Amino acid sequence: MLSLIVFLPLAAALALLALPRLGDTAARWAWVAVAAADLALVVAAWLRYDTPTAGRLAFEEQVEWIPGVNSSYHLGVDGLSLPLVAMTAVIFLACAIFALRETDRPRLQAALFLFLQSVSIGLFVAADLILFFVFFDLSIVGMYFVIAGWGHGNAARSAMKFFLYTFLGSLALLVGFIGLYIAADPHTFDMVELAEQTPFAGSSLAGGLVLAAILIGLAVKTPTVPFHTWLPPAHTDAPAIGSAVLAGVLLKMGTYGFVRIALPMLPEAWRDWAWVIIVVGIVSVVYGALVALAQTNVKRMVAYTSVNHMGYIVLAVGAAGLIADDTTQARSIAVTGAVTQMVSHGLITGALFLLAGVLQDRAATYDMDSYGGLAGPAPRFAAFFAVGAFASLGLPGLSGFIAEFQIFTGSIAAAPVTAIALVGILLTAALFLRALQRIFTGETRGRSVGFTDLRAAEVWSVGPLLVLSLLIGVFPRPLLAVIEPAAEVAVELVGR
Amino acid sequence: MRPLLLLPEIVVFLGGLTVLVSGSFLPRTRQWVTRVIAAVALVAAAILAAVDLPGLGQPAMEGTFTVDTATGVARIVAALGTLIVLALASDEIAGSPRESETYALFLFSTTGTLVLAGADDLLVVVVGFLLASIPLYGLIGIARTPRGAEAAMKTYLLGALFGILLLLGVTLLYGVSATTSYADLTDRLAEAPQGVVAASVVAVLGGLMFKAGGVPGHFWVPDAAEGAGGAVAAFLTTVPKIGAMVAAYRLIAMLPDTLAWPLLVAVLAVASMTLGNLAAYWQTDPRRLLGWSTVSQVGYLLVPVAVAGRSDLALPALLLYLAGYTVTNLAAFAVTTAFPDRRDLDSYRGMGRARPWLGASLVVALLGLVGTPPTVVFAGKLTTTAAAWDGGLAWLAVLVFVNTVISLFYYLRWIAPVYGRGEPPARTPPGAFIPAAWSATTAVVTAGLSLALGIGAGALWSVLSV
Repeated sequence: MLSLIVFLPLAAALALLALPRLGDTAARWAWVAVAAADLALVVAAWLRYDTPTAGRLAFEEQVEWIPGVNSSYHLGVDGLSLPLVAMTAVIFLACAIFALRETDRPRLQAALFLFLQSVSIGLFVAADLILFFVFFDLSIVGMYFVIAGWGHGNAARSAMKFFLYTFLGSLALLVGFIGLYIAADPHTFDMVELAEQTPFAGSSLAGGLVLAAILIGLAVKTPTVPFHTWLPPAHTDAPAIGSAVLAGVLLKMGTYGFVRIALPMLPEAWRDWAWVIIVVGIVSVVYGALVALAQTNVKRMVAYTSVNHMGYIVLAVGAAGLIADDTTQARSIAVTGAVTQMVSHGLITGALFLLAGVLQDRAATYDMDSYGGLAGPAPRFAAFFAVGAFASLGLPGLSGFIAEFQIFTGSIAAAPVTAIALVGILLTAALFLRALQRIFTGETRGRSVGFTDLRAAEVWSVGPLLVLSLLIGVFPRPLLAVIEPAAEVAVELVGR
Repeated sequence: MRPLLLLPEIVVFLGGLTVLVSGSFLPRTRQWVTRVIAAVALVAAAILAAVDLPGLGQPAMEGTFTVDTATGVARIVAALGTLIVLALASDEIAGSPRESETYALFLFSTTGTLVLAGADDLLVVVVGFLLASIPLYGLIGIARTPRGAEAAMKTYLLGALFGILLLLGVTLLYGVSATTSYADLTDRLAEAPQGVVAASVVAVLGGLMFKAGGVPGHFWVPDAAEGAGGAVAAFLTTVPKIGAMVAAYRLIAMLPDTLAWPLLVAVLAVASMTLGNLAAYWQTDPRRLLGWSTVSQVGYLLVPVAVAGRSDLALPALLLYLAGYTVTNLAAFAVTTAFPDRRDLDSYRGMGRARPWLGASLVVALLGLVGTPPTVVFAGKLTTTAAAWDGGLAWLAVLVFVNTVISLFYYLRWIAPVYGRGEPPARTPPGAFIPAAWSATTAVVTAGLSLALGIGAGALWSVLSV
């Protein structure tokens, strides 16, 4: 089941590459069809999903891969990964629909994104560190070609910066993985076994160093302050669907790594360093929001709000490491909020980046001051952007609220000082409202004149993302029912 | 004696002689026959070596030569590597004045590499060193270009220097231990004066590093890679390393635990990878860039050598990396021989769009050299660093990854123009990308092999770790 979900897009990508005579239209629709089929498979898996016993995974598959170093092809999902898998499939389908109007080498683009989809889903279901790393690295390679091949502006330079920076992170991660492997007895790369073993129990220095390597690797990918500087140029120069995937899916690989690898495998070190993680989270929240406030470029602004939103997640998982007897439930709420935030941020930011792509498509600029009164000629665009903005700033009734509410409930109960990060919400609200005002209200002027409203493909790609955000905001139960048991297990593991 | 255990070496050497003799009787237009003879000899050697696997360590020639898994794998990899080089030569050397001589020299040098790989005696190391080196001097200069001549002269002088150092080291070791056989050296060196032992091991290791093209014997590599012909460059950056690295492994594994040998090798490894990477940074000639890149790769190959005997992972990791490196490096060189006239990174602009398969092969090869999964070099890098960590050199593992990041930049400098935008590629010569047929096929096949071996690394590992 999981292998099929992971490799169906890859097989389709290879088929697209092997058929150079395929027409552009056929390639575009084939991409949509495969992405839809993959989403259908994920939905089927979700419907059949039963919460596995603590420490185990559902839909497990395991085949020997490199037995010499005890690395196997091991897949499985639980409440931490299943929502992300579903979110990934949704975002890629949205991108496929959005790209129906693409004219620049659509066949290659479809193949590349299908490859990225395989890699992304593969990462979330991997239960072996080497398998995880393989997908982690391939996601970087895939995104490099997306930015370099279909980007605009100074795409080559941004792509290079992205590649070098995140590759550096991935190697730090690999160092950490090898450390875990060596410390484990018997040596293994299997995540389930490593979480059971907690290899560095009792050696706080070595455990701290290995955790540091893993944290740096994940922090670069997430990104958190101070490792975020690759993000704004990469987003600014990436194509719209590239940005949506980068922000929606690739950033989650970092935060997912926190809850899947760092927290359960190095609980002692995690507890020792919890405050550092919390501080990094708070700084990311506030700094990301402040810098976003200063932007005049819409896409850069959304990019910096990603730093801010990822900060909440880091804050919550950091707070999960503050052990005290009476806060177990609070910390579990924080972790639930963190995972919900990953899903929610994926949907909302994916939608916002696709909408920003519409600006570039119509008027070739992201500069807010070039627009004004855009709500007049483009009411649908304005409505969609407003919903996305409100969802992003955490308005009740939308998914962002559910996530951030839980994060703060859990974190503040565990450590009241984390309330400082509430400033971030205020700043985000201010910056989004200001952006809405500058772009959409007032007299229609500048590039707004003659702006074509959203076309069908754009409506049908962005719309479902926002609807899902709304659904999660109103009926969070089905999602939380999946996440909560896994979050409780994670909190239990870090408490060992 | 059991000379039959050396059958693969004998077959390759006799193949070389047959090529040489028959080449002098064949007309210029039918020299391809010698290429077929050479290929048959190499395939036969590889098959014979494969039949012997898994090798359980049988001594041959009075214990001076060992046939075990390492020897067997080195034989297969070196023979197949030379076979791939022959395919590259089919474009470049076919019909040239010294065709059969070139093939003969390839085979002789390969024999030298095989002798080095199995040597269990210092004197056999010397023989292997000379047999592998002397044909190489001829090969580098055989193109008769000014740069080729300069490179040949440089290689020859350095080779003479390091050869003498090697002999000096062997003499000193013999002087303090009264034996050259590894089986006896371990115990006797433990009682010998440590200063002499240290100096002579450094000298022997220096000789092997000349052969492998690592610090301190690396100076000839970039010049030779740039100045020699394409097929020769591919050969000299790949095949000699196989013998030299296995020989270095056997040497270090044999030494008694009296001095900090791991540290010595680790320092050489770090120096080699760092220097190679930094020097490759601003190269504009792809072959010179690859030449420096191979210097850094020797650094990575030295990592498992540093923990020889201290980690069970070390030997299989070394062999895995050697096999992976051979395939991947040859894939990168195959792209350069497919376009022999493009000697500037920028001249590859638009190649990815004009020749998608070759472009993809180049990306696989270069990212493979970085160690990106799922290519086989990744599996090699993973296991070598795990071995280093396991052997107590965690810092070396970290430095490997730091260097990997450093190396990424210059490989990307080549990939960027291949997929860069700009003017669409021209459709007619000289601008058009019309690859040489054999090289193009070889590039695609070896790149595919690099991926396949990476995904099948588990099966490969089980062969290597017997």
